[in-house]
Amino acid sequence: MKKYLPLIVLAVLAVLPLIGLSTYTMHMIILVIMWATVGMAWNLLAGYCGQVSFGHAAYFGVGAYTSGILYSHLNMSPWWGIPISIVVVTIFSFLLGLMVLRLRGPFFTLATLAMGEVMRVTAENLVWLTGGSTGILIRERTWIDKTHYYYIILAIAVVTFLVIKLLVRSKMGYYFMAIREDQDAAESLGINTTLYKTIALCISGALTGIAGAFYTNYMGYIDPEVVFALHDVSIVTIMIVMVGGVATLSGPFVGAAIMVLLAELVRSQLADLVRSMPSLGAAHQVFFGILLILIIIFLPNGIVGDFQKIKRMFRVGGACK
Amino acid sequence: MESFLQTLIAGVLLGGLYALIGIGMTLIMGVMKIINLAHGELMMVGMYIAFWMFAKYGIDPYLSVVIASPILFFLGIFIQKFLVNPVLKVDSILPENQVILTVGIGMVLANLATILFTSDYRSTPVSYATKAWYLSDYWNNAPIELSLSFPWTVSFVFAVVITGILWFFLSKTDTGKSIRATAQDLDAALLMGVNVKRMRVVTFGLGAGLVGAAGCLFIPIYYLYPSLGGKFTLIAFVITILGGLGSTIGAIFGGLILGIFESMTATYVGMGWAPVGRFLIFVVALIFLPGGMASLLKKKRMRK
Repeated sequence: MKKYLPLIVLAVLAVLPLIGLSTYTMHMIILVIMWATVGMAWNLLAGYCGQVSFGHAAYFGVGAYTSGILYSHLNMSPWWGIPISIVVVTIFSFLLGLMVLRLRGPFFTLATLAMGEVMRVTAENLVWLTGGSTGILIRERTWIDKTHYYYIILAIAVVTFLVIKLLVRSKMGYYFMAIREDQDAAESLGINTTLYKTIALCISGALTGIAGAFYTNYMGYIDPEVVFALHDVSIVTIMIVMVGGVATLSGPFVGAAIMVLLAELVRSQLADLVRSMPSLGAAHQVFFGILLILIIIFLPNGIVGDFQKIKRMFRVGGACK
Repeated sequence: MESFLQTLIAGVLLGGLYALIGIGMTLIMGVMKIINLAHGELMMVGMYIAFWMFAKYGIDPYLSVVIASPILFFLGIFIQKFLVNPVLKVDSILPENQVILTVGIGMVLANLATILFTSDYRSTPVSYATKAWYLSDYWNNAPIELSLSFPWTVSFVFAVVITGILWFFLSKTDTGKSIRATAQDLDAALLMGVNVKRMRVVTFGLGAGLVGAAGCLFIPIYYLYPSLGGKFTLIAFVITILGGLGSTIGAIFGGLILGIFESMTATYVGMGWAPVGRFLIFVVALIFLPGGMASLLKKKRMRK
């Protein structure tokens, strides 16, 4: 049963648009899948390889801007951004890796955070290339209907899922985990840690970049504040995986579903209140923060990772007796 | 030449204030071995305390230092005792959990501030805000004209005084010495009978109190909005890395370097690029000087 669960979920997702969901629901589902993709990519680098990055907005943004710049400067369809961003973001990740992968633990975390911010400020100031804070607007939408976008992001998510699943089960995946557990020990066992960390970073970056390129096509508008955002991209990504489950394959999906729906729920429930008190627009962020704190204290490995613990909690008079 | 000197003065004044923010973070990092990414948000809380004291009761922001710091001290103790400590105990795959926890705390603080106080920009319109000293007033026919802003100078002096008191506390008192011992070697400190657990709590409170004081010093010269915390968190950790983790003297140097560098970039490259300069110096420090200024100082001492 467990073995076929991903296939069943995929089959359900594949026929989902056929039952005629509203545009709004489709939009939510597309966002969930997109964030799950970014979460899976982050999870490869952080959850499996142990390099906690606070700067995934850099890859997301570079991917998004690849698409946007192709459109605004070369007059190409922004869809070309998806294949081209793979190349661009991989090179970008490699160059970034040369700098940040020399660092370990919290230093790496902070360096990536700084890199994300550097990219944002650079994008804001390189007006001739990126359009600065005005951003890039894709004038022609390819489809009005959301179904096409849905299948494209679903395909991207499935590919990401398969890539990560294969990687994690391969020898390289075990190298990643060895690096996570103890880098010195891994090095002394003959694992070229720099090489494998670079590989993890490049793959993770490229997958995030694809999601970024999709974002440009789907939303039709990007600006540095949105795609290079520290809180709304980098930290949301981390929260998705932390809530869902670090170093689990399905965790990012669970996390993304919870985060996107929670944000939407708070926003729609408080909609009337917000109209009278605009400052409540940030309310969902407070819930995010509280949820993150609770998850880290009580379920440090996320909902999927600590599923057994949750089960035990709800079993009356279980094995703990 | 004139603009260069003026920029240098502005940089030093800014750097002194930055140093105060950095010291709080470096203390926490030295003792707890965690990076407090809620540091800027704590400063934001301090700034709001100073702001409301001014707006409601007309208390001068500089006097609010003695109000905001104790409040922040207890807030820090609360965070350490009830949020950070439980996380230090649980077992998880990623050791960076504590860092992510502080991000969560920062988010809650920043967004609660948005909800409670709206995201309007605020400032304290103190009477001396635009007062300044000019060189030509004191030295007739001076070759160059330099000015010294009154609130900037007062904030700088306050920052220096607070740093001095902190230095006295850390090097002369029992608690201060215990904090330094804990930072140097946790196990050895434990064996020497230092109450490590309490030192951790005190340090977090101290760091929070310091940054609260920094917030009060910043508000007469800066404006205030709920999401400013992130910016100052970044500044604080750049200083910490520049100075060397856990090194107080390093943090002072780091703050000064950053302040000068930032005002130089703002003058000679462009206002918008100042943050890039900040990160550039950060990445360069991480790669070429991983131990920070503290390692340079140590090397010099060894050679002697």
